[in-house]
Amino acid sequence: MKKYIDTGKKDTRSGFGAGLEELGKTNENVVALCADLIGSLKMDAFIANHPERFFQIGIAEANMMGIAAGLTIGGKIPFTGTFANFSTGRVYDQIRQSIAYSDKNVKICASHAGLTLGEDGATHQILEDIGLMKMLPGMTVINTCDYNQTKAATIAIAEHEGPVYLRFGRPKVANFTAEDQKFEIGKAVLLQEGTDITIVATGHLVWEALQAAKALQEQGISAEVINIHTIKPLDDEAIIASVKKTRCIVTAEEHNFLGGLGESVSRVLAQHYPVPQEFIATKDTFGESGTPDQLMEKYGLNAESITKAAQNVIKRKQ
Amino acid sequence: MPKTKQLEDFVTQVRRDILRQVHKVNSGHPGGSLGCAEFFVALYQEILERKDGFDMDGIDEDLFFLSNGHISPVYYSVLARSGYFPVEELNTFRLINSRLQGHPTTHEGLPGIRIASGSLGQGMSVALGAAQAKKLNKDPHLVYSLHGDGELQEGQNWEAIMYASAKKVDNIIATIDLNGKQIDGATDDVLAMGSLKAKFEAFGWDVMEIEEGNNITAVIEGLKEAKSRTGKGKPVCILMHTVMGNGIDFMMHTHAWHGKAPNDEQLAIGLEQNPETLGDY
Repeated sequence: MKKYIDTGKKDTRSGFGAGLEELGKTNENVVALCADLIGSLKMDAFIANHPERFFQIGIAEANMMGIAAGLTIGGKIPFTGTFANFSTGRVYDQIRQSIAYSDKNVKICASHAGLTLGEDGATHQILEDIGLMKMLPGMTVINTCDYNQTKAATIAIAEHEGPVYLRFGRPKVANFTAEDQKFEIGKAVLLQEGTDITIVATGHLVWEALQAAKALQEQGISAEVINIHTIKPLDDEAIIASVKKTRCIVTAEEHNFLGGLGESVSRVLAQHYPVPQEFIATKDTFGESGTPDQLMEKYGLNAESITKAAQNVIKRKQ
Repeated sequence: MPKTKQLEDFVTQVRRDILRQVHKVNSGHPGGSLGCAEFFVALYQEILERKDGFDMDGIDEDLFFLSNGHISPVYYSVLARSGYFPVEELNTFRLINSRLQGHPTTHEGLPGIRIASGSLGQGMSVALGAAQAKKLNKDPHLVYSLHGDGELQEGQNWEAIMYASAKKVDNIIATIDLNGKQIDGATDDVLAMGSLKAKFEAFGWDVMEIEEGNNITAVIEGLKEAKSRTGKGKPVCILMHTVMGNGIDFMMHTHAWHGKAPNDEQLAIGLEQNPETLGDY
């Protein structure tokens, strides 16, 4: 079993900031916009290096999305930064018409996604954003798992022509993927091979899936762990290939089970290779205040829940 | 032929195009389209510095964004007659598989269109982004936009209006089509907005008015005046007084024709009032 080492806890949003800083140096067309959350989005370095390529919009996210769409006309590659809630639900129609339907090359970069935003509570903890964004035709949806991967993804999406939703989070979490990784949009990452069960995870749940796999191994269960950083377009083939071997699956995400990764995986399975599936996700509920760890435990989004779900789904195998 | 007469003939033909487009498919928005015919003709025939052909980036040329996308019939007519696509294509307005969708879109690759509009209130933000891209590109050309007056009830406009002056976006000319009407009736009855001049001025814009928005000479002079006011640290707003349904007597001064097509008889009357000038498609 391959070992993944946490090289020191870091927040994914800092990976975004580092990626943006890098893009500032390497791609002169990259511009950044923020709706009064520079510090939270870690955009300081980019702004210090390229003040003329930064647009402080103020607390006006709808205007930010429109301005970003307009900046693409003239060849700019705008990266918008605000919390996930204000990046999606608040501005859905602006994204739909001015960005997605107009096929504009805007990168919507969203921090503080999901329950791990913590104490601010449900008003800010969006658990519906993946669903909202994946339903938009032409929108690429990415949810990265750690600092290194978020940095790599930020750099990679600048090279992709078309609108992208890049989702990351607030808390410091394990940083375990390779510093020099090549980020391929739409390509699942097989973290660990196994034969008894497939665990497909995205975002903060990827590290938890690896911990669950460890616990399962101690019980003699061999789990295959796949990191799905790109929810759309989904790597159907990687999922099908894995379940053909394991014949059951657990999906894990920091998102509502309606509209999230799990439902996308169900679609692939139903069409190509139906097998039992368990969902680690919030179950059609809003979040609440608490520490990230408390919330992830209360809503069943951690290694322990994944382990239990794996045990259950294995029993359902034909 | 004097230039003014030529442009008036152009406007007359555009009115015919508007009526014939909406009549054919028994849908679309003739009222606001007719009110803005002079504006579009002035803009595309006299004001915009345009390159040959069309590319999305529009570098080294003036840009125009239509925010109130429902007046697509006038936009399509003037784009086609300004050389962006064949005039015959106006025959496909709102038909299946057409590039001339009910509301303008980039999605079907229609030359001349740079943003989808229809859901109201989004165009000013887009125009501001394009204007700021021009500044980054050191492109001295201007960005023009058109907005309905009722459309200003959408809050996003006021985010954009506040932003434009705060960030000194002075290479934009936003025109408001002040026809005083919206779907449910007079704008003052639906949701009175008070003095738009006072509002824009309070938000830091340089505001001017075109009193006769259906007089081609007045519109051209007004747009030239607006152009001379750009580059001075303030965004420029034109409050353009128009008559909804202008040029077709029974469609004028009422909101009834906002989104309603004429029947055969009404079409005939409308066309009689606007004889063919440049040739029907």
